[in-house]
Amino acid sequence: MSTIDHISYVQPKSGIGAARLTGAGLLVLLGGFATIGPVVIPVDPSAQDFGASLAPVGSDYLLGTDHYGRSLLARLAHGARLSFGMAFLTTLAAAMPGVLLGLLAAWRGGWAEKGLELMATVVLALPGLMLVLLLLAFSPGDYGPLFLGLALTLWVEFYRVTKATTKTVLSQPHIEAARMLGFGSRYILTRYVLPVIGPMIATLAAFAMATAIIAVSTLSAISVGLQPPTPELGSMIVELLPYFAEAPVQVLLPAGLIFLLVLGLQLLAQGERA
Amino acid sequence: MKNFFLSRLLQASIVAVVVGAVCFALMRALPGDAAMRIAAGRYGPDARIADAAEKVRLELGLDRPIAAQFLEWIGSLLRLDLGHSLVTGRAVAHELQVQLGASVWLAATALLISLLIGPLVGLISGLKPGGAADRSGLAGAVVFRAIPPFVLGLILMLIFSRQLGWLPPAGFGSPREILLPALTLALGLAAMSSRVTRNAVAAVARAPYFAFARYKGLPEAVVVRRHGLRNAAIPVVSYLGLQAIYLVEGVVVVESLFAYPGIGHALVHAIVERDVPMVQGTALVMGLMFVAINATIDLLTFWLDPRTRRTA
Repeated sequence: MSTIDHISYVQPKSGIGAARLTGAGLLVLLGGFATIGPVVIPVDPSAQDFGASLAPVGSDYLLGTDHYGRSLLARLAHGARLSFGMAFLTTLAAAMPGVLLGLLAAWRGGWAEKGLELMATVVLALPGLMLVLLLLAFSPGDYGPLFLGLALTLWVEFYRVTKATTKTVLSQPHIEAARMLGFGSRYILTRYVLPVIGPMIATLAAFAMATAIIAVSTLSAISVGLQPPTPELGSMIVELLPYFAEAPVQVLLPAGLIFLLVLGLQLLAQGERA
Repeated sequence: MKNFFLSRLLQASIVAVVVGAVCFALMRALPGDAAMRIAAGRYGPDARIADAAEKVRLELGLDRPIAAQFLEWIGSLLRLDLGHSLVTGRAVAHELQVQLGASVWLAATALLISLLIGPLVGLISGLKPGGAADRSGLAGAVVFRAIPPFVLGLILMLIFSRQLGWLPPAGFGSPREILLPALTLALGLAAMSSRVTRNAVAAVARAPYFAFARYKGLPEAVVVRRHGLRNAAIPVVSYLGLQAIYLVEGVVVVESLFAYPGIGHALVHAIVERDVPMVQGTALVMGLMFVAINATIDLLTFWLDPRTRRTA
């Protein structure tokens, strides 16, 4: 789940490159599909129509149907909304405490920092997915442990980057100068610290969302995450796989959707340095 | 040097305590009375089960405070007493031995294949940054990184087993079965390591000592071999530490996908069956495998880069 991608972390270049623009465009399209799709498409994603089982693309159903005759367009739209929603919520739940605790550790140092470092070390001792799997063992198939596990593993990266960057910023002479001029902590925070860590947090958030999307779909594909009939992209792929010979497109559609979601987020995050 | 080992030892004990604590909580969260469950398992559910459960409760100390039970749980974990599977009834340690071998083979094969692909692609890309090889390497890395491992595994399965019929889609036994899961992991790993290698090689190729080796008239191959490879290898090897995360997580996913009877497969099964001793055993072993890979990488870096010896 990892956070492998941001090892060679540098502050993203300002300005928008072609890769980043492509990523943003992809995300706008997919985000539109995920938010508007479920509202506009009148079909229930779990309504079955056995007369039209595995209908091909372009028949009565625009993107065909699955083996139960459920509209794939509706299921993809709901699946995209689920993936986006889970990714957004877990990232938010990871970034908020991560950034705040990082600022606290950098600002205060001392025992607060030591305690937080210990917590981060404990979380990082195991690979992230293992932690999520362990929590999922409490109630396989539920949103709760999945959400909690992902947020628990993802906050560390936000915490560490915020802490390290804030520390460097705070140790610089212009901060000391600002302090001596009598500017308060709040001014220093909003004027000097936030502009530096802001873009980094945005990049990390895009990575975290990509990680969450992959994790959610992977876990339901290996049948410990969200269970069918939830229209989840990973479980859709696995459900449809036995029918690959008859309906290859139906298997490839959700797979392609996950790929595009992750690709969009990674391109947006990394831009030219991908 | 000592620091490396101490910190890895600390990590290993944190892994043990975290896994133990979660599984202890898991055991308590299981519905029903633990003493009753154990008594039913031992003596069979009969009319005197309540008496038997009372004896079991006294014998195992299930009536003691939670803290004492927790300490004992962790204690038996540290003595590597992993208990018996709730499903098969066999000793967890015994089951793990077989599965660990299978998983280690898979992980090692995957790592080996990725080391054949990734650094080679990276080397070719890095020697000419911006060239055709670099650009296609970049495109490949971006694409392979955006495909989740289970989707990549399915695609490989469809191509190599269904369309071409070259390799079996699942199973275990001969080297042929290990190839597809290993290749799945290897492609994901190589997508990442090729870019790290590329950047490392490009940095080395810009370095003054590299130019000097050329100016003094060494042939290109010797320049790359003597002055390029080892220096470029340092970041690549230390990056392997981060790849260990991908490897261990990937093993869980890919084994489940290809029905490969390793530890990751066992972990997923144990979670579905709520077989807590097995969850604990498999998670512990996978966590320790992660620590072991990291320790090996520490050693490798230590050997590659003499500068770390001076500071350590």
